[in-house]
Amino acid sequence: MSNKVIQAMYDDDDVLLTAVKQTREENHQIEEVYTPFPVHGLDKAMGLKGTRIAITSFIYGVIGFAFAVWMLNYMMIVDWPQNIGGKPNFSFAENMPAFVPILFELTVFFAAHLMVITFYMRSKIWPFQTASNPDPRTTDDKFVMEVTMDGNEDQLSDFLKQTGAIELKVTEKK
Amino acid sequence: MYTFSSKLKTFSLVLMILGALGMGYGFFTAPKTTNDVKEMIHHVDEAHEADTHEATAQISAEEEQSHLEHALHQAQNRPWTAFFVPAFFFLMIAVLVLVFYAIQWAAQAGWSIVLFRVMEGITAYILPGSILLFLFLLASGFHMNHMYAWMAEGTFNPESANYDAIIDGKSWWLNTSGWLIRGFIYLFVYNIFRWMLRKNSIALDENNDISIYKKNFNFAVIFIVIFAIFELFMSFDWLMTLDPHWYSQLYSFYVFSSMIVSGITVIAMVTIYLKHKGFLPFVNDSHIHDLAKYMFGFSIFWAYFFFDQFMLQWYANIPEETAYFMPRLLGSYQPIFIGMIVINFVFPFLILMDSDFKRTPWFVITAGMLILIGHYMDIFQLISPATVGNHWSFGIPEIASLAFFLGLFVFVVFTALTKAPLHAKGNPFMKESEIYHY
Repeated sequence: MSNKVIQAMYDDDDVLLTAVKQTREENHQIEEVYTPFPVHGLDKAMGLKGTRIAITSFIYGVIGFAFAVWMLNYMMIVDWPQNIGGKPNFSFAENMPAFVPILFELTVFFAAHLMVITFYMRSKIWPFQTASNPDPRTTDDKFVMEVTMDGNEDQLSDFLKQTGAIELKVTEKK
Repeated sequence: MYTFSSKLKTFSLVLMILGALGMGYGFFTAPKTTNDVKEMIHHVDEAHEADTHEATAQISAEEEQSHLEHALHQAQNRPWTAFFVPAFFFLMIAVLVLVFYAIQWAAQAGWSIVLFRVMEGITAYILPGSILLFLFLLASGFHMNHMYAWMAEGTFNPESANYDAIIDGKSWWLNTSGWLIRGFIYLFVYNIFRWMLRKNSIALDENNDISIYKKNFNFAVIFIVIFAIFELFMSFDWLMTLDPHWYSQLYSFYVFSSMIVSGITVIAMVTIYLKHKGFLPFVNDSHIHDLAKYMFGFSIFWAYFFFDQFMLQWYANIPEETAYFMPRLLGSYQPIFIGMIVINFVFPFLILMDSDFKRTPWFVITAGMLILIGHYMDIFQLISPATVGNHWSFGIPEIASLAFFLGLFVFVVFTALTKAPLHAKGNPFMKESEIYHY
């Protein structure tokens, strides 16, 4: 089995979207689509599974909330209770309203930062990583659809040209 | 065209009749003299603790008389409060739906056009609602009840025993005649704008004249600005002056957030009901999803305002400010006060968080019921502690008035929905709304 792929370049996101739909109807396998910006509805057209990042975000939020409860309880109640404005400092429950802003902030902090880091890890974006897009123009105004080569090369090329591709390139996938 | 199902019509009429009977019962059984109250309090005392008798024995007869009079006024306020809470609640739902509708016009939003006739139908309640509320305002202004403590005789008279220097300092704004005139203006302006927006929206169906669209756009923009100012003073006039010594600058936004989330919830519920009955085939999942997002967002918005107002005063601990929170946080309203935070914030936050749940009608209905119950509790705890005081209960007068206004609301809204086609075909954004897809 060869790892040959064909890279079809498009210059319009609507054309790309129709091309993706047509390609999948013809039972060709799309490896990846490179776009300079998020194309609305592309994930559904490619048949990608729904993202699970929302679930991770919720879990991180719960962790952040729990951490904030522990931290505030330790700092303000257990370790060093301080008399601030005569507010009750001997029980967490009674001093809770004063803690709400911190509970909120740490929940958001954990959810946001850990979610972004998760997204980077999942997308394999980390320091010293080289760019994986096949053509630098896909960071500007062009779109590239990568299709697995199955069977006849000419036939596939003709088909992709029909869908509106402006440039085709056959390459070996590493 | 929607036809008002006879089942729903009978249901709303039965609610109205039963509600009216219960309200009559509430007014009829309210104590008339201080002796009635004495008996009532005696009853309560016997049931609870006996040691209060020793305390009461020490105070003078005169003090006891004034105390009894106060208790009588509070007991007499109960049926009026029962009337005021749902009257205000349902009227503000209709008004805030009109605001939401105006925002859609002003923003030239594309997604919501299929819901326009539903929103217009709900705003039909503004007319009967404002008439009933204005009757209540008139009754208060003419001393038929003791809802507004600052209206009591002698409050502005330095010679009187009732004189209150703090309220007298506010008398340039806080006087009965000005208060009634302002109340009339607020309600009149809401009705005028509702009438104009609705008329043009129907006219747009008949002739696709873009100038009508532009006219409505202008009306909507003007209405939003006017409403923003009116809402500020309306909450001050009708609700905050129930506690005339207490003040909070956030109060109007707090009331606004509470009522707009209820309004959007009602839009979502009526839409789901009509879609379920097959009258809104052009409404899809994405429209419900968007409404549920608004419900979710505004629930958090409400919690934010609630907590802001509460925490600043709790933390500052100034007696004149915390007096407001005493009956609510620590007094007999505690179950309502704490309960509504859970119902209005925690439940919607968890139920409506997931994207798929927002597209599931019964989830939206469940969350919507909770939101409406929670915000009804909210309005109840805004009004009742100041008027009825600590000896409150949720009995026949309260349930009956809620039933009456709910019946009236359903009757008026669904009658209005039959008046025009549910498909606002003249709107230039209709196509965009029909194919709207998230």
